[in-house]
Amino acid sequence: MIATVGAHGGLRLEGHKERSTETPIALAPPPECAILPLDQHAGMRAEPVVKVGERVMLGQPIARPQGEISAWLHASISGRVATIEPRPAAHRAGDSTLSIVIESDGRDERWPAHTSMQDFRERDPIVVLEHIARAGIVGLGGAAFPAATKLMGALRSKDCTLLLNGAECEPYISCDEMLMRERAHDIVLGAEAIAHAIGASQCVVAIEEGSSLAEATLREAVSRASAGSIRVAIVPNVYPAGGERQLIATLFGREVPFAGLPTDIGIVCQNVGTAAAVAKWIQDAQPLVSRIVTVTGDGVRRPRNLEARIGTPFSQLIAACDGYTERMHQLLMGGTMMGIALPSDDVSVVKATNCIIAASALDLQPRAAEMPCIRCGNCSEVCPARLLPQQIHLNARASDLEGLERYGLMDCIECGCCDYVCPSQIPLVERFRAAKPELAKHLMARSNARDARLRYETRNERLERLEAEQRQKLEEKRRQARTRSP
Amino acid sequence: MPFPTSEPPHVVAPLTVSRVMRLVIYALAPTIALHVVFFGPGLLIQICLGIITALAAEALALRVRRKSVRQYLLDGSAVITAVLIALCLPPLAPWWLIVSGTAFAILLAKHAFGGLGMNPFNPAMVGYAVLLVSFPAQLLQWLPPQVAELERVEISLFHTVTTILTGSLPAHLTWDAITSATPLDALRTNLRMGMTMQEAHASPIFGGLGGRGWEWINLATLVGGVWLLAMRIIRWQIPVAMLGALALCAGVMYAIDPGVYAGPVFHLTSGASMLGAFFIATDPVSAATSDRGRLIYAAGIGVMTYIIRTWGGYPDGVAFAVLLMNFSVPLIDRYTIPRIYGHAERP
Repeated sequence: MIATVGAHGGLRLEGHKERSTETPIALAPPPECAILPLDQHAGMRAEPVVKVGERVMLGQPIARPQGEISAWLHASISGRVATIEPRPAAHRAGDSTLSIVIESDGRDERWPAHTSMQDFRERDPIVVLEHIARAGIVGLGGAAFPAATKLMGALRSKDCTLLLNGAECEPYISCDEMLMRERAHDIVLGAEAIAHAIGASQCVVAIEEGSSLAEATLREAVSRASAGSIRVAIVPNVYPAGGERQLIATLFGREVPFAGLPTDIGIVCQNVGTAAAVAKWIQDAQPLVSRIVTVTGDGVRRPRNLEARIGTPFSQLIAACDGYTERMHQLLMGGTMMGIALPSDDVSVVKATNCIIAASALDLQPRAAEMPCIRCGNCSEVCPARLLPQQIHLNARASDLEGLERYGLMDCIECGCCDYVCPSQIPLVERFRAAKPELAKHLMARSNARDARLRYETRNERLERLEAEQRQKLEEKRRQARTRSP
Repeated sequence: MPFPTSEPPHVVAPLTVSRVMRLVIYALAPTIALHVVFFGPGLLIQICLGIITALAAEALALRVRRKSVRQYLLDGSAVITAVLIALCLPPLAPWWLIVSGTAFAILLAKHAFGGLGMNPFNPAMVGYAVLLVSFPAQLLQWLPPQVAELERVEISLFHTVTTILTGSLPAHLTWDAITSATPLDALRTNLRMGMTMQEAHASPIFGGLGGRGWEWINLATLVGGVWLLAMRIIRWQIPVAMLGALALCAGVMYAIDPGVYAGPVFHLTSGASMLGAFFIATDPVSAATSDRGRLIYAAGIGVMTYIIRTWGGYPDGVAFAVLLMNFSVPLIDRYTIPRIYGHAERP
C-alpha cells in the first residue's frame, strides 16, 4: 500500500539514480588534509577545543557546541591541527567560513576515550540521549539539524512516533537507498536506540516506491529487530515527498503547524543515515566522522556512492571516481532541484554533503528567456505548501509586504516545483528567497511594535490601578477622619 | 578549474509560453475545419486578416512600449486573440470589422493594461464586444450552414474574398437572400413572437442536438478542448464549472416549462458554449487563479451566459458573461486563497 493521505502537489521527476547504484558503497581514502568548518550544522557555530599545532586522533572532539542548537565536531583523521582559519566551504556556496584544518599523519589512529553503549536497552533513556548528544550527529538528509536537539524536543510530548526518512527527496541522490540496501541492520539498531532514548512506542521507516532492493533488505532487518514495533511504509515517488513536512502529510495526513515542529504533533523525524550514524556510535563508539556521499552526474567517469571522511576535498572524491568527463560543466552539492552550485571543487565534504553532482549539459535544463506571468496556475498546482506562487510573485514585484504575508511567503519551502513547471520561465524561488529577508524584518518590527505597545498599555494600566488604589485609601482616611472628628 | 554557478532549481520543464499558445492554436484546428465545411472559406480569410492585424498592432505596441519585439511578437498570444475574434464573426463580414476589432483588442484591451499577462479582461472578448455593440447589424449576417436539409448558398472563394474586401456581394446575390439567423437567434426571435418551443423548433435549421452545423462545430471544439485537458494545458475546473452551470440553469428552466425554455443539450451545443468553456474562459490571464476561484468564476460565466441568452438583448451571451466575470476576478481571488500547509485557516 502506498500512502498518499494528505500530500498536495509535487512533481514526478526522472530519478537518475541507476548510474550511481550499480556498484556497492566504496570507501574513499582518508584525505591528506581535512578541512572541517565549525558551522557545518544548523544553529550556533561550534567552538574549537584544540589549538593550532596540537596532535589529534581520529574521533577526538575538536570543537564543542555553543548555545542550545549546536553540535560537537570530531577529527576525521589523525594528525596535527595545521591552522584554524576561514576556508571556502561547500555549504556556503564556496564562501569562506572558520574551519579547523588537520594535516594527516597517515596513521589513522583512533581516539581511545569514547565508549560504546551496547546495553542501551537497560539504560535510563535520558542517559542514552545524553550519550547520543556527544557523537556530533546531525540530520544527514541535508538540513544538518543537530540530532540530539531534535530528540530532546521529542521529550516534551508524551508518546512520540519516530519517523525514519528513507525517501530521498531529490533526483540523483542515492546515498540513503544504498545505505538501506547494505546497512539496514544499522538503521534498525539506530532506530531502536533513538526510540528507547525518547520513549517512542512506534517507529515508521518511510521508503520510496520502486526501490525494491532497499525495501526487501529493510523489511528483513525490521523482521529480525527485537522490538516488533518498527513498520515499513511506502511513499509515492513524488518530489518533494521526502521533505519532512511533506512526508508527515503523506504518511499520517497531518500537518506540522506553521512556525511549529513535528514534535508539536507527536512526531520526530530523522533521516535513515542519521539512525545508522547513531548505531555506529552506540555499537562501535565511532562519532560522526564519515558519511555516505553520492558522486554522480554525466560529468564524472565512474558515478557511485562513497563513504567519505568529513573534511575530504571534493576534488579527491571526484578523483576516486576516475575524474571528470570532458562534458563536465557545473558542480552541484545536493540534488538538481535544491542543490548549491559551487564555483570550485576546492571545498570539502561537510556533514550535510549527501550528493555531489558533476553535471554535464545533459543533466541540466537551463531556463529560456523570462516572460511575464500568464497566471496559468501550474505553480499552485504543484506547490506542496498549497501556496499561490503566482500571487506571491506579483506581490514581490510590487514589494507589497502585506500581500506577501497574506499569500504565505514565509511558508515557502523553496523546493523549486513552481520554478520547474513555470511556462514563463520565471526564477520564482530566487525571487522568493530575495524577498524573504525584507518580509522577516517587517514582521519582526511589527511584533516588536506590538510588544512595545503591550508594555506601554500594561504600564498605563498599572499606574492607573495604583492611582485608583491610592485615591481609595485617601478617601478611606478622610472618611475615618470625618467619622472621628465630631 | 572554475565552474559556472546558478540558482536552484538547476532543471526546468521544457514548457514555454509560446508552446502553450501553440498547442491552444492546434487544438482549435477541428473547430476551424468544421466551420469551413459548414460556412465556407470565409473564416480562413478572416483569420488571415486578423493575424496580420494582430501582429502589426502587437509590433507597434511593443515598439511604443520599448519592449523586445523579438521576444514577444511571436509568443502566440496575439494570434490566439485574432483567431478567437475571427471565429465569432460571420464568415462574410467586411474586412474592417475583424481589423478594427483585433486592433482594439491588442492595442487597448491588452497593451494599454501592460501587455501579456497584465490584461484584466479577455482581449478577444473585448474586441468582439466592441464590434457587437457598435455594428450589431453586420454581426447578424450569418450564412445558413451548408447541409443537405437547407438551401445551399454557393459562394466561390473568389467571391468570398471580394465580398469581405469590398463589403458588397457579387451582383447575383443579396444579403437578404443568403443570410440566415443563427439557431440561438432564431429560437429567441420565434419564442418572442409567441411560438411554442415545438413550433419554433420546427425550422430546418435545428438539428438533433442544437442548430444544424453548429452542433458539429461545438462537438469539434469539445474534442479540441479535451485534447488540451489531456495535454495539461488547461485544467478541468473552468470548462466543467461553466458547462455544468449552463446545463444546470437550462435543465431547471426546461423542467419548469419545456414549452418556453430550451433544454440543456441545446444550450451546450449552440453558439459559443464549447468555445467559451475550453478556449475563452480558460484564458488564464483574465481568469481567477485558485482552483476554487476558477470554479466560482466559470460557474458565474455559465449562469450569466444562460441569463443573457434567455432574457437578455443578445442571442449569445458568452462574450458579455466572460467580461462580467473578469470584473469579479479580483474579488473572487481575494476570497478563495487556499489554506496553506500548517495553517488552521485560510488567509
